Amino acid sequence: MTDLAERDQLSYIAAQAADARLNVELETEGMTLNIGPQHPATHGTLRIIVRLDGEQVVWAEPSCGYMHRGYEKLTEVRTFPQVTTLINRIDWLGSFANEVPFILAAEKLMGIEAPPRAQHIRTILFELSRIANVSLFLGDLGVQLGAVTPVFMAFRDREYVLNLIEAATGGRFHPNFDRIGGLKDDLPVGWIAETKQVMRKLRTFCDEMDDLLFGNEIFQARLRGIGVIPAEVAKQYGLTGANLRASGVDYDLRRDQRLPLAYDKVDWKVWTHPDGDSFARCWIRLQETREATKIVDQLLDSLPSGPVMAKVPRIIKVPEGEAWVSTENPLGEMGYYVVSKGDLGPFRVKIRSASFSNISVVPWVLRGVYVPDIIAILASLYFILGDIDR
Amino acid sequence: MVPLSDTTTDTPALPGDGLRDGIVQRMRDAIGADLLDSLVKPGDDVWLRVSTSAWRAAGLALRDRLGCRHFGFLSAIDWMPSPYGRGEDDPTQPAPERDDTIRQGYAGGETRLQVFARVVNLDEHWGVTVKADVPDDHPVVDSWIPVYAGANWHERECHEMFGIEFAGHPDLRHMYLPTDFEGHPMRKDFPLLARMIKPWPGIADVEPLPGGDDEEAPAEGASS
Repeated sequence: MTDLAERDQLSYIAAQAADARLNVELETEGMTLNIGPQHPATHGTLRIIVRLDGEQVVWAEPSCGYMHRGYEKLTEVRTFPQVTTLINRIDWLGSFANEVPFILAAEKLMGIEAPPRAQHIRTILFELSRIANVSLFLGDLGVQLGAVTPVFMAFRDREYVLNLIEAATGGRFHPNFDRIGGLKDDLPVGWIAETKQVMRKLRTFCDEMDDLLFGNEIFQARLRGIGVIPAEVAKQYGLTGANLRASGVDYDLRRDQRLPLAYDKVDWKVWTHPDGDSFARCWIRLQETREATKIVDQLLDSLPSGPVMAKVPRIIKVPEGEAWVSTENPLGEMGYYVVSKGDLGPFRVKIRSASFSNISVVPWVLRGVYVPDIIAILASLYFILGDIDR
Repeated sequence: MVPLSDTTTDTPALPGDGLRDGIVQRMRDAIGADLLDSLVKPGDDVWLRVSTSAWRAAGLALRDRLGCRHFGFLSAIDWMPSPYGRGEDDPTQPAPERDDTIRQGYAGGETRLQVFARVVNLDEHWGVTVKADVPDDHPVVDSWIPVYAGANWHERECHEMFGIEFAGHPDLRHMYLPTDFEGHPMRKDFPLLARMIKPWPGIADVEPLPGGDDEEAPAEGASS
């Protein structure tokens, strides 16, 4: 693990503070700029209020709540199997990944485990969600920085992945496929060969993005050294996923915890980057997409036979207890703190979504940056509005 | 041009049970009698309950002495059973009798509301759930912002949803709800109106299943 040198952190913080102080001392008249609620850079309806001094941001505050749907309250009047329908819609670009930690938490409370084949298929679909989610990010990143071509490529290639998810689960965006004790169904005939072919296409897509975006001089100029988040700050604000690893923290829940998923059966790499800037965050996501295609390929080769559903009672009652399960979702750590009172439905579910914590660093990181960098930083932090508001 | 990664691919050994007992012991050394209760599930997880007055001290101890530098989340639980059940009552009938005893969860408790937070030690790969009671008559606990800057938004959300004050929080504005919204939606006595105004349609097709409730479910799609 490489932390940024402490000296660098301090000088960065001091520079930001000095900028803010200068604006106060000179008493220059600032202006307030509203970004959103509708803005292409916000993946939904997020409003960001920034106070500017000239071209520099002195204060920024995201205003959430335009998409708050009250899922934590709603889970209290649903049965356990019904909850997956709701939580599918939290991060709508990687829906299947949302279901997994909740189902695992319920299984943990019930003391059951899905059969190996179900665990493998869960992991495969989990990684396919990641690919679908992050490939759109890579394309969208281009649009937000002024390059139009990548987004068309992203939509083209994401479609292949969505077709796979649809073929296996029946739903393109909201599969609702995970069940307590296993999966609704087995994989369809011919799916494995098809998936391998698509994974090859996606690797080509990653190479294209690498050439078109990450090798592009303008792209690098817009992102390198912009929006640096030191490791300590990232940890304090609870950043997770690629945003944390881009600050040099070597932590990935797929590797660093023991869950009944198949990640320990494949050979893959957790990428980190020492810089902590916007470029690092985007670059980590590109590498993660590549790793995800490798994970899927290996799991398809080692898919065990057997049932996809464990023996569970017809009516699911979860014993009294509390469980916390989190997984490494496309956007970061997504976890559910499930409290059961032995009833048909949960007593309380705390949904810890990745984007909520990831975006809470925005007031800190935007202070002192220039207006064009706001969009670059927001794009690189990558959030889904449903994942912030829940 | 391609930046170098400094990761290793070998998985570090996951902490065993001795480590979790050690966590409880180290917390007891750090905050003494303010650690009121604890629960260790071997090889799985650990819960701590600290006194309300030591909420911030517990955070600092976790951060500085136990190395939990990563802030997971902060939220609250209302342990009162909902007076409305699961919202499946027929509104035209008198409300059924319900058990309204408050039973707290792991690591115990004495009050209806509890705050709880999750912090993680990223180097040793373990996390801990820490709880504290919130006094019923005066729901105030210390803010965790001096401990973890990221607690800011979590406390704002907790404030509007549960009505818990965080002493020392600079800006407890509403996060999701309109500014003039009254009530605290996540409290159990706040009715979910959509469920109150008409009977829940899902209740209509509940009928006794053949073979009783505990029979194993047939594989879905097997009958079709």
